[in-house]
Amino acid sequence: GDPLEAELSGFSVPLEHSFELDVAKFQSRGSLLLKTGREPSVSLTQNQLSEDDRSKLKEVAAVDGLYRIRVPRVSLQADRQTEWQVDGYLIAFVRACAMVESHLSDVITLHTDVSGYLIGVSIVTLPGACRGAEVEDEVDLEVYNTTLSIMAPVNAPPETALFLERMEQESEKKGKNPQEQKSFFAKYWMYIVPLVLFLMMSGAQDQSGGGAGGGAANGGGR
Amino acid sequence: MAKLILLLLKLCILFFVVDAVFEDQVGKFDWRQQYVGKVRFSHFDTQLQSSKKVLVATESNVFAALNSRTGELFWRHVDKTGPEGNIDALLHHAQDAVLVVGNGRMLRSWDVNVGGLNWEMLLDTGSFQSACLVGQQGTVKHVAVLKKTVISVHYLSNGHQKWVENLPESETVDYQTVYSGGNGQVFVLGVVPHSHITIVVYSMEDGEIIKQVSVEAPWLSNIPASCAVVGQGTLMCVDSTTMSLNTLDLHQQLQMTQIPLQSLGLEVDPDFHPSLVSHQPNPAQKPLSEFFLQLGPERYLLLQLNNGQIVTLRDFKPALLSSFVTTGEKTVAAVMSPKNKTACSINLFSSDTGRRLLDTTLIFTVDPNGGKPERLHVQAFLKKDDSVGYRVMVQTEDHTLTFIQQPGRVMWTREEALSDVVTMEMVDLPLTGTQAELEGEFGKKADGLLSMVLKRLSSQLIMLQAWIAHLWKLFYDARKPRSQVKNEVSIENLSRDEFNLQKMMVMVTSSGKLFGIDSKTGEILWKHYLDNVPKNAAFKLMVQRTTAHFPHPPQCTLLIKDKDTGLATLHVFNPIFGRKSQVTPPALPQPILQSLLLPLMDQDYAKVLLLVDNQYKVSAFPSTKNVLQQLQETASSIFFFLIDSSQGRLSGYRLRTDLSTEQVWEVVIPTEVQKIVSVKGKRPNEHVHSQGRVMGDRSVLYKYLNPNLLAVVTESTDVHQERSFIGILLIDGVTGRIIHEAVQRKARGPVHVVHSENWVVYEYWSTKSRRNEFSVIELYEGMELYNSTVFSSLDRPHAPQVLQQSYIFPSSISTMEATLTEKGITSRHLLIGLPSGGILSLPKMFLDPRRPEIISEQSREENLIPYSPELIIRTEWFINYNQTVGRVRGIHTTPSGLESTCLVVAYGLDIYQTRVYPSKQFDVLKDDYDYMLISSVLFALFFATMISKRLAEVKLLNRAWR
Repeated sequence: GDPLEAELSGFSVPLEHSFELDVAKFQSRGSLLLKTGREPSVSLTQNQLSEDDRSKLKEVAAVDGLYRIRVPRVSLQADRQTEWQVDGYLIAFVRACAMVESHLSDVITLHTDVSGYLIGVSIVTLPGACRGAEVEDEVDLEVYNTTLSIMAPVNAPPETALFLERMEQESEKKGKNPQEQKSFFAKYWMYIVPLVLFLMMSGAQDQSGGGAGGGAANGGGR
Repeated sequence: MAKLILLLLKLCILFFVVDAVFEDQVGKFDWRQQYVGKVRFSHFDTQLQSSKKVLVATESNVFAALNSRTGELFWRHVDKTGPEGNIDALLHHAQDAVLVVGNGRMLRSWDVNVGGLNWEMLLDTGSFQSACLVGQQGTVKHVAVLKKTVISVHYLSNGHQKWVENLPESETVDYQTVYSGGNGQVFVLGVVPHSHITIVVYSMEDGEIIKQVSVEAPWLSNIPASCAVVGQGTLMCVDSTTMSLNTLDLHQQLQMTQIPLQSLGLEVDPDFHPSLVSHQPNPAQKPLSEFFLQLGPERYLLLQLNNGQIVTLRDFKPALLSSFVTTGEKTVAAVMSPKNKTACSINLFSSDTGRRLLDTTLIFTVDPNGGKPERLHVQAFLKKDDSVGYRVMVQTEDHTLTFIQQPGRVMWTREEALSDVVTMEMVDLPLTGTQAELEGEFGKKADGLLSMVLKRLSSQLIMLQAWIAHLWKLFYDARKPRSQVKNEVSIENLSRDEFNLQKMMVMVTSSGKLFGIDSKTGEILWKHYLDNVPKNAAFKLMVQRTTAHFPHPPQCTLLIKDKDTGLATLHVFNPIFGRKSQVTPPALPQPILQSLLLPLMDQDYAKVLLLVDNQYKVSAFPSTKNVLQQLQETASSIFFFLIDSSQGRLSGYRLRTDLSTEQVWEVVIPTEVQKIVSVKGKRPNEHVHSQGRVMGDRSVLYKYLNPNLLAVVTESTDVHQERSFIGILLIDGVTGRIIHEAVQRKARGPVHVVHSENWVVYEYWSTKSRRNEFSVIELYEGMELYNSTVFSSLDRPHAPQVLQQSYIFPSSISTMEATLTEKGITSRHLLIGLPSGGILSLPKMFLDPRRPEIISEQSREENLIPYSPELIIRTEWFINYNQTVGRVRGIHTTPSGLESTCLVVAYGLDIYQTRVYPSKQFDVLKDDYDYMLISSVLFALFFATMISKRLAEVKLLNRAWR
């Protein structure tokens, strides 16, 4: 409720990236400010890509290398943040060429579990394809254009609550005007019963024909 | 109006065609085999000379009666799995069989003749030790059950308790055996390890303690393993440290008499624990004074206790197995001794003299693809001339039962290893010789025009010859009555049929025995026992080369991994003949974490198998130069994932050109909250015909068809019914991107998952409503396809739309699988194995999250069924009608050559094979299709046109003349 309190309950964790030709070496890319509480949110402050990094990224992209990011495993629950410590990282990657060709426009999503623990991170670029397009302008590779979001698990439809509601509504409707809601069979049973009887009597002879026809009809329907 | 109603009724009839087998189709396309499991106890029914029953109680908690003439089941009772249904003891007397079940929880008596339950008694708690029948004055009326702290005696006729007594000093004394010699006394033997034996004698009448003595025996700790009661109630124990026999008269003596084995002139193999086998022909009588002493793995002695003296009657060396058997008044000893590498001989010996009986030799041929003999069950009977005849049932290490008659005729064999199938594959049969000949012609390199022509001519000639032979056979068979025409299936004449409906089922069992079974008849065509398989092995069967690459033989690889150490071995074999392949698999010194079969092939068309060890190094099999080169070229596009469920870690790796790996993604699910219970990918041989679904307004909703998608199921560690939940994560196996994450609250496992096409179906237990529920997730790309030509996990930036719906299912389920067809045109069904033994074929149509709550014009156009929360079980959906499959554990589906047909194998305790037609047989003419009618109509029309044409001509001519 209190805005001051909500601001206080945030903390920041590093967002690191790595694009190397050989062994992965993570460097700081920026920092994620995680706001904990009932509705967690996240914001990002990040540095610009330096001259050296830009050329290295292009170099890595040329040999189809990977651009990896990682964030530490943390919990977004308020009571656990104090005892926060690094016990591993969550890692995701895109192809470095996709990063270059999209001019550093990426979408980073953090996933949490039911208790607010970060369980995974994902990164995609927009557009995602590597078409081999040359990025001439160095300026395009300077500033990130990042869309950031945090996702908690959705609740799977538990059951049939909606359906039951609808059933209730319908039964109410029926209660109001029972005359109109009479079903087809209720209205015409006096015609249908003798007909069915008649069909059952005569149906004994041409049962096989009906069966075969049915099979064909069903098969044709697919 | 009436016409309209009539039309409606007809439509009703047309749409609700019953989808079931007709009576005359029973057993035509399906078969079932019933098994009992590895035999733990067995008794021959000896009430009548002509009785044909063998009673068996097995380690799979099954109690059954086998027909000793044919090996078929008379009746079978399947108890609960696990320790609750574990059979502790089987006692057999006359027509009653008494079972102690579930660590002494239940005492049951069965009627042997019909397999009916006589009575059942719930016993007091306490861990079971031993049980025996108690006889008095020549009749057996009671059964005594010994538990840790208590002994109870029950009437054999109705199970009522006669008396129950607490055992004295049960905190210190470890009571182990109960024995009765038929004189109105029950002896309970207990031991205080490294100190003494305690003998408590109870009166049969009222359970009063008659006598209680302690006898010094500091070397004894386990009575059943080292002691036996022989003769007039003498406890005979063998002490392996001092190498001596110790005797104790239970009635009189208070001290053990030690008889060193050396004084009998006997030597014991070092490191062998000698054991004793005695025999009590009738619980109402004393045991025999003769007994077997096993001195080594291949040495038995028949000894006799004569007035306190031990006499050696006969020394059997070498001997593999021995057994006593009684018929009438005669007791004989049967001994199996190895003859040569492939055969063993069994002989009968008189038990009181040790003399070999004449004409009693029986030869048991050891199957080179089977295991060593493990146990001998002998059925003896008196012949007309009062001599003893016998049959034996030999149990081998591979759980096989072989029933043999003199002089060595195998009457039947039962492959009980098949009661525990772990994994299976279905392999196409090879082409016939002539087809292969033709194929081979194209396969070979061209060498000159003339030789090519000659080759072509010769192969055509062979084909002509085969065709004539086929015609001749048809003609010849047509004259015989139909019942005599039998298509004998043998390994030589196996060949693919027209629609590829007959396949080779390669089954891997937990005992390490492999089977090749003809899917059409269920006949076992080959078997192969791997004798070095560890007890807790995990198996993975892969088809590296199919039969499509003639002349290269098909090749299957079985990865056998020890679950404890992670060390693995490979067994490479030909799935059609079962023979071990010449290809030597690589030695794997490191524990294996993951194996993956790549679509890459070497120059011999074998798919490449990659094995990842715990150093994250990758080795390839086959690892020829060609393969390594291909791997180097494609390394950057080979990704794989590893799952460590103990740490909740899912991680992705990419292959490098030097066959090392680099980590590319990691997802960690905290184990404090939830644990990973299953991970399901899609089947690699799955085809999806349509990319999208046509909606009511004629637009297309495209499916999200990601072949790399994994469905990860987690269960909460908190099991409280309000807080427990099930998590479903859909993760891309290449990029590690979490596509969808959902939790099902107030739910609990066991969870069964099927993952196919663009949907995941899972079943769970809802703790809130206390019922089983199904949930379905479907993924759609939307109205537009991002890249319609090719799917790449690396280039799909948009998250798919996720639809989900849940349903109530009226039964719990054992296993679940989806049907699979050649091209994926046929609609899908879910095959659900129920605990009742039924296999339900549930149309996927009913599990569709697009089923509307409120019916609209569009949803009607789309043929969507309105949503209703319950899924009903319709009896005609059971594909196995009354052929229930006991304890179904897995269902394997495989496409056939016909698009409409999917082959199904359900396995568990039983094996059931059938075909299913999810969209009916739209590509096959019916059995009763009226060829006569259609051809006669055609001919009639043809002639009618001819005649009318002629008539028209005449008429025209006439008109012209006019």
